[in-house]
Amino acid sequence: LFGMALRFEVLGRFNRARAARLTLPHFVCQTPLFMPVGTQGTIKGLTTEQLEEIGCQIILGNTYHLALRPTSELIDDLGGLHKFMNWPRALLTDSGGFQMVSLLHLADITEEGVTFQSPVDGKPMLLTPEESIQIQNRIGADIIMALDDVVKTTITGPRIEEATYRTIRWIDRCIEAHKRPNEQNLFGIVQGGLDPVLRDICVRGLVDRNLPGYAIGGLAGGESKDSFWRVVAQCTASLPEEKPRYVMGVGYPLDIVVCSALGADMYDCVYPTRTARFGTALVPEGVLKLKHKAMADDTRPIDPTCDCMVCKNYTRAYIHCLVTKDAMGSQLLSYHNLYYMLKLSRNLHSSIIKGRFPEFVREFLQTMFPKGDVPEWVCNAMEVAGIDISSCCTPFSSPQD
Amino acid sequence: MKFAVKAWSSGKARAGVLQLGSCPGPIETPSLLLSTRKGLPHFIPPDLLYSLPSPDSHLFHVSSLHFLEGLSRQTISKIGGLHQMLGLPEHGFVCIPRDSIQCLPECNSSNKFGASFETPCGRRLIKPVEYVELISSLRPDIWTTLADEVPTWVSEKRNKTSVDRTIRWLDECIALNPAGGPVFGSIVGGCSVKERERCAQEAARRNLSGYWIGGFGLGESMDERPALLNAVTDILEEEKPRLITGLGLPEEILQGVAAGIDVFDSTYLCHLTLGGFALTFPPDGVEMNASDNIGSDQTKINLRATVYRKDMTPIVENCNCYTCKNHTKAYINHLLNVHEMLAQTLLEIHNTHHYIGFFRSVREAIKSGNFEQFRQKFVEGRCYHVAAEAAAACT
Ligand SMILES: [Zn+2]
Ligand SMILES: [Zn+2]
Repeated sequence: LFGMALRFEVLGRFNRARAARLTLPHFVCQTPLFMPVGTQGTIKGLTTEQLEEIGCQIILGNTYHLALRPTSELIDDLGGLHKFMNWPRALLTDSGGFQMVSLLHLADITEEGVTFQSPVDGKPMLLTPEESIQIQNRIGADIIMALDDVVKTTITGPRIEEATYRTIRWIDRCIEAHKRPNEQNLFGIVQGGLDPVLRDICVRGLVDRNLPGYAIGGLAGGESKDSFWRVVAQCTASLPEEKPRYVMGVGYPLDIVVCSALGADMYDCVYPTRTARFGTALVPEGVLKLKHKAMADDTRPIDPTCDCMVCKNYTRAYIHCLVTKDAMGSQLLSYHNLYYMLKLSRNLHSSIIKGRFPEFVREFLQTMFPKGDVPEWVCNAMEVAGIDISSCCTPFSSPQD
Repeated sequence: MKFAVKAWSSGKARAGVLQLGSCPGPIETPSLLLSTRKGLPHFIPPDLLYSLPSPDSHLFHVSSLHFLEGLSRQTISKIGGLHQMLGLPEHGFVCIPRDSIQCLPECNSSNKFGASFETPCGRRLIKPVEYVELISSLRPDIWTTLADEVPTWVSEKRNKTSVDRTIRWLDECIALNPAGGPVFGSIVGGCSVKERERCAQEAARRNLSGYWIGGFGLGESMDERPALLNAVTDILEEEKPRLITGLGLPEEILQGVAAGIDVFDSTYLCHLTLGGFALTFPPDGVEMNASDNIGSDQTKINLRATVYRKDMTPIVENCNCYTCKNHTKAYINHLLNVHEMLAQTLLEIHNTHHYIGFFRSVREAIKSGNFEQFRQKFVEGRCYHVAAEAAAACT
């Protein structure tokens, strides 16, 4: 039997949505959960103490970047990434494949692996499934990701089919190469583009391998929102109930609420920290652009309903004079934005546990769309999720349900 | 604000206590004035400030020029001034126009109406009336009067003019001071002992809470400094605190302390942090043993050096700062290599913590009456090392 280094216990449900306890080697997590992206072994100016303080459970590290600097061999020599960055809680690393395909020119995928030009010396290099796993074994994250054949969802035709079957062929090579199955959990990634038949083939292929968890890949890449949620809904419906489900590269707060309603458990996205660097704060109403001139005399906190360190102490006016000019501006905004995402995760978890998930979703949508203009894709997804949001969608709805 | 000198050593070196209404306890001097960017440390997030020694770390230097743009004086007033705006009710804020990093005096453009500075929002001429308006919205614990600072290479005439203007602006600032908050009179005079004395005498004649000594670190040599410093401190009232800008290195701090200076700005730390350096010298100056550390000059180490790639030890063994308790040289080396901001955060924490420790040693030496011995030992240790290094380079 394939080793597992996690326990996944569903603690509460509402239709397809679930709240669970995910026990990983380094931390007992509560799902649904958001994983901040710490590309190079750190998250934009935040200390690990701050990340613990705001309730971060898992940090995502990028294998491609870490393999370049400081190198996986060095991380291994120094006792793994947890020790290197002094992060006591859980870590997840991606396979490195996606970063190569998206960041590098001339990356090419063959049956052997992903070939690419070394950014260091320009020489052709090859990342095989075996090598990706070997590197991730050295880094030592609680969850490691299989190397998959990533294709943009907007591409159609035989390339998608090829990528789907190759992803399934590669998972066996990943499993074979994985040397630490009792300490690290290998997640398979469902590919198949927007084609329900291919997605189904990929899900079944991966589920047959009885992996500790599954990710839904190839999304958040420019497809329509309606296609996006349908793929998530299809995959979550056919993935095993007793295993965690991770939607990769998602996303915006709204996407996370919708995906959780459809039965997904884990998310990652650079959005909260990236948008902070450009002076944008996440708030229940949507976003707040702190660079805007109007902020210069606004003496309210970023989000009056937020109880993070930044909102408790600083005005929009003061943050306005810091953003995009001073390091502290992006530090404080990243802090607030991550706090917002992690609080959203906690609220999703607790509302499911307390049996008030539909109310939570309705309040969330009412705040974000006070005029009742909830996007159609959200309405469609919520119908499939079995959550009645009709009171949020009518322009003249009364505040009481 | 209250200030009292508690002990003297070796002539003029003095240890005292500075009490500010906002601070939880008296701040002992000689003390470090922490450099900030718009009132917050450059890279240390406010929720980590508790990890620095308290109340030693509660004295913040605010450059009033940082608030020429961004938010209006009315908004700052509405928020309630610096303490409220920065969420730091228990910190003491000292407003000095320049920050010595991005905002520097530009003496060629200063004129009889006001002082000119290079700032991130361009060259700006500040008149006393605007300056005091800004101060009254910021409501600092201490502020200094507007000065016409000039570097050492200006003509004798220009240096004289700078003293004349600084004295005139001193009177204008005092007259305009609406809240009557503690004002420190600015003293300039460049490299002329005579002008330094003249400026100090004029300042000493006014009703001021303390003094700010400007015009240092602008081209004078370390050798000519003691005479200039002493010319000023000999004239100033003993019971009032003396603050200085422009002395940074440990040896320079010791030079200032010897002349009777109480508070020092920390631009030096900011430059170290930005350069990837961490202070490593023993704060009490003892055991300056020759080390095999590459990338070290016995005061500091350059964490960019490849020798630290695999170094899993903290910057300073037994240092109890947040950085040393949680992170290794190898990790900071990596963060610097990949240009991650956390490197500066961790370095600023350690460097601040370390320098505060040095100031504590200085105070202890004064209190025990051993300041001169302390200073000599410290400086000799450094000289020995520099000599050893030079000898090694010749062989
Ligand atoms: Zn907040
Ligand atoms: Zn330290």
